Amino acid sequence: MEATLTAPHILQPAKTERDFRTENLSIYYGTYEAVKGISLPFPEKSVTALIGPSGCGKSTFLRSLNRMNDEISGSTSKGSIWIDGVDINASGTDVIKLRQKIGMVWQKPNPFYKSIYENIAFGPKYHGVKGKKALDEIVESSLRRAALWDEVKDRLKESALALSGGQQQRLCIARALSVNPQILLLDEPASALDPVSTGKVEELIKELKEQLRIVIVTHNMQQAARISDFTAYFYLGQLIEYGMTEKVFTNPENTMTQEYIMGRFG
Amino acid sequence: MKAKTADKIATFVIVTLALLIVAVLAGLLGYILFRGVSHISWDFLTSAPRKIRAGGGIGPQLFNSLFLLVLTLLITVPLGIGAGIYMAEYARPGRITGFIRLIVEVLSSFPSIVVGLFGLLLIVNIFGLGFSLVSGALALTVFNLPLMVRITEQAFRSVPSQQKEAGFALGLSKWKIVTTVLFPVALPAIITGTILSAGRVFGEAAALMFTAGMSSPRLDFGNWNPLSPSSPLNPFRPAETLAVHIWKINSEGLAPDAAEIAAGASAVLVITVLIFNLVARYFGRLIYRKLTASRRMN
Amino acid sequence: MRVQNNETMRVQSSKSRIEKHHIEDLVGRSYMSFCVLLLIVSIVSMVYFVTSRGISTFAIDKVSISDFFFGTTWSPEGDHPSFGALPFIAGSFITTLLAALIASPLSICAALFMTEIVPGWGKKLLQPVIELLSGIPSVVYGFVGLSVIVPFLRNVFPGQGIGVAAGALVLSVMILPTITSVAVDALSTLPRNLKESSFALGATRWQTIARVIIPTTLPAIMTGVVLGMARAFGEALAVQMVIGNAPFIPTSLFESASTLTSVITLGMGNTTMGSPHNNALWSMALVLMLMTFLFVFVVRMLEKRRSI
Repeated sequence: MEATLTAPHILQPAKTERDFRTENLSIYYGTYEAVKGISLPFPEKSVTALIGPSGCGKSTFLRSLNRMNDEISGSTSKGSIWIDGVDINASGTDVIKLRQKIGMVWQKPNPFYKSIYENIAFGPKYHGVKGKKALDEIVESSLRRAALWDEVKDRLKESALALSGGQQQRLCIARALSVNPQILLLDEPASALDPVSTGKVEELIKELKEQLRIVIVTHNMQQAARISDFTAYFYLGQLIEYGMTEKVFTNPENTMTQEYIMGRFG
Repeated sequence: MKAKTADKIATFVIVTLALLIVAVLAGLLGYILFRGVSHISWDFLTSAPRKIRAGGGIGPQLFNSLFLLVLTLLITVPLGIGAGIYMAEYARPGRITGFIRLIVEVLSSFPSIVVGLFGLLLIVNIFGLGFSLVSGALALTVFNLPLMVRITEQAFRSVPSQQKEAGFALGLSKWKIVTTVLFPVALPAIITGTILSAGRVFGEAAALMFTAGMSSPRLDFGNWNPLSPSSPLNPFRPAETLAVHIWKINSEGLAPDAAEIAAGASAVLVITVLIFNLVARYFGRLIYRKLTASRRMN
Repeated sequence: MRVQNNETMRVQSSKSRIEKHHIEDLVGRSYMSFCVLLLIVSIVSMVYFVTSRGISTFAIDKVSISDFFFGTTWSPEGDHPSFGALPFIAGSFITTLLAALIASPLSICAALFMTEIVPGWGKKLLQPVIELLSGIPSVVYGFVGLSVIVPFLRNVFPGQGIGVAAGALVLSVMILPTITSVAVDALSTLPRNLKESSFALGATRWQTIARVIIPTTLPAIMTGVVLGMARAFGEALAVQMVIGNAPFIPTSLFESASTLTSVITLGMGNTTMGSPHNNALWSMALVLMLMTFLFVFVVRMLEKRRSI
């Protein structure tokens, strides 16, 4: 099956200083190839949506971008992930330092069993920020960027678990922002939330893309159409189609993409 | 109709036998407390035992048991937590992990008398620590360690894995995640398990007879210099514990009130274990409530 | 306010630099390795010491293996010592088997009571009972056995009261919690539809228990029984206090006898290290250890059958 590329020019390596893309990236669990040689760019100030039926490898692909798959035993990868001209998939990479630059948020909100304040201040503190004033500032700015500040500013010392699901998810986004990443990976961030919270999270994503690159995995076609600039359709570990979201959704080149988007399968 | 009758008879038998167990426990506790509690007094709890005359107490034995428990937990808890964390978070499935798991299993089913003999040979004789609190604590460590490892492993495994992922994504080192993200969540289960294991350690006798010894020197409770031989705090003195004392008076007690002393000491032992159980239960429930009641998911 | 350097990703420079997180992970790994190593050292040295002392009866004192395992005369001191340990081995096996025979049906009934008959308050009532029974120290069991069970047996049956029956009764109460909790775990993980389909066929509760529930959970229940037997076999003081400690193979339940653990308990303090008597006690400890291995092995076999 050959990938249909709606916008092939984007795949050409553009070796600028602020480049972020994968090149021929394959991921294996044991001998099973979950992701098959995918090359995909993630342009600046944009949201890239990864769509496709369950088990198509999109979440595995996302998790490989900050080397989270390293923590799963038996998982290996081939190919490159270029960030600012450095291949972070190479063996010498300091994974811990890398992850500081790439934030991640999951389907299920997973705040630490700590206070709201501690959830945000924890990362920066670890990475060397000292002094209450500096930490206070980071907590406030992160919560503001996640549009949560007004709701929680009076109860920062309370347990994060006391927040509602939607608030917890925004707290997790704020936590990811607290270490000032350049890239934000979102794994179905709204699928466990109610419609109102989902709206808030989507609004937030649109605002945040002005500051950093966002890669989002989603099952929700409307959501992908609403918030993303580029869309990549995955099927059985392969990239079937990639292009501007508008183009992919209104006039896909590949019939499989069309069928999936129309809700015929998946 | 026949099947119905059989069903009724079977249900009756099952219920009767189940209630019999309740009766056994009730009888057991009732007997120990009824016979023992009347003998418990402040004097009994604090005075030293007498060899042949009536009126002896269990003061030094009670102190020895508590002191030995503290010493044992001081050694076992850090070791058990370390090995438990390894099993839960670091060990990758394979031969070595399987081997360690087997070791924990074998060690936890070792008869305590064999652990005691091993302590006698290695710790008391070869290490030259003699019959002492330290020897007893080390033997009890061998006895208690596998349980601590299991408690820790289970506690860490019950922490949601998303907590770990969140830590990784923030760029924390694995050890930092283990100690500052996972450990606080696992702690309540570890504490509850440790208190329960403390009850087991408190009542253990077979592993101690040949390690901590079956005698206690004349203790001077005014002397708190840990190096002095008559100081209660000296870890290198022999120390008969409460459980060992009960065994000893039952098999070779000469005092005319030996049976009353045994009953009183048994009651003290059982009450202490009961307290450990209740505290662990209460504590576990309290923490559980604290962790779940505040969680409102929608 | 922006604290981190946002310009370039210096993720590969760490090859030559030691970062904070490297040190943390090193400290953590060393600490854990130390703990695990200690665990391994303790068991290896235990096996080594018990084995090396245990075989000296045969290697140094030249007692033949068959005399030790099948000899019925135990007179370890004197000019013509004899080290027949069969009475103790037999005593251990008899009390253990009897205890398992008494405790198993009781435990299974308790487990059925908690999971099938009255799952609600049955569990609330029996769970703490089981936990408390397992928490009571063995010397207390011995004391109660000595002051309640022994006089009772003395009044009702022939003999002195002390003996095999008293030992088995005390042990059976002690291993009740072990068997019950394993059986409860097994019964409560039973798939619900298994029972429901049996009820749907018109079977009574007892028929369902006897034909579906017990056969399905039998390997798990057996695991509990073997674990209980392991505990009974290794228990020392409670048995020693009530069994009478006579070095003979018992011919009746109400006759005084000994077990491996009771002989070790009584003898170890009164013998000098290295004497033939002392070595023979170590050989019995070796037998206890080998039996532990056997029990663990059987449990593992049963668990393997369960997972299929």
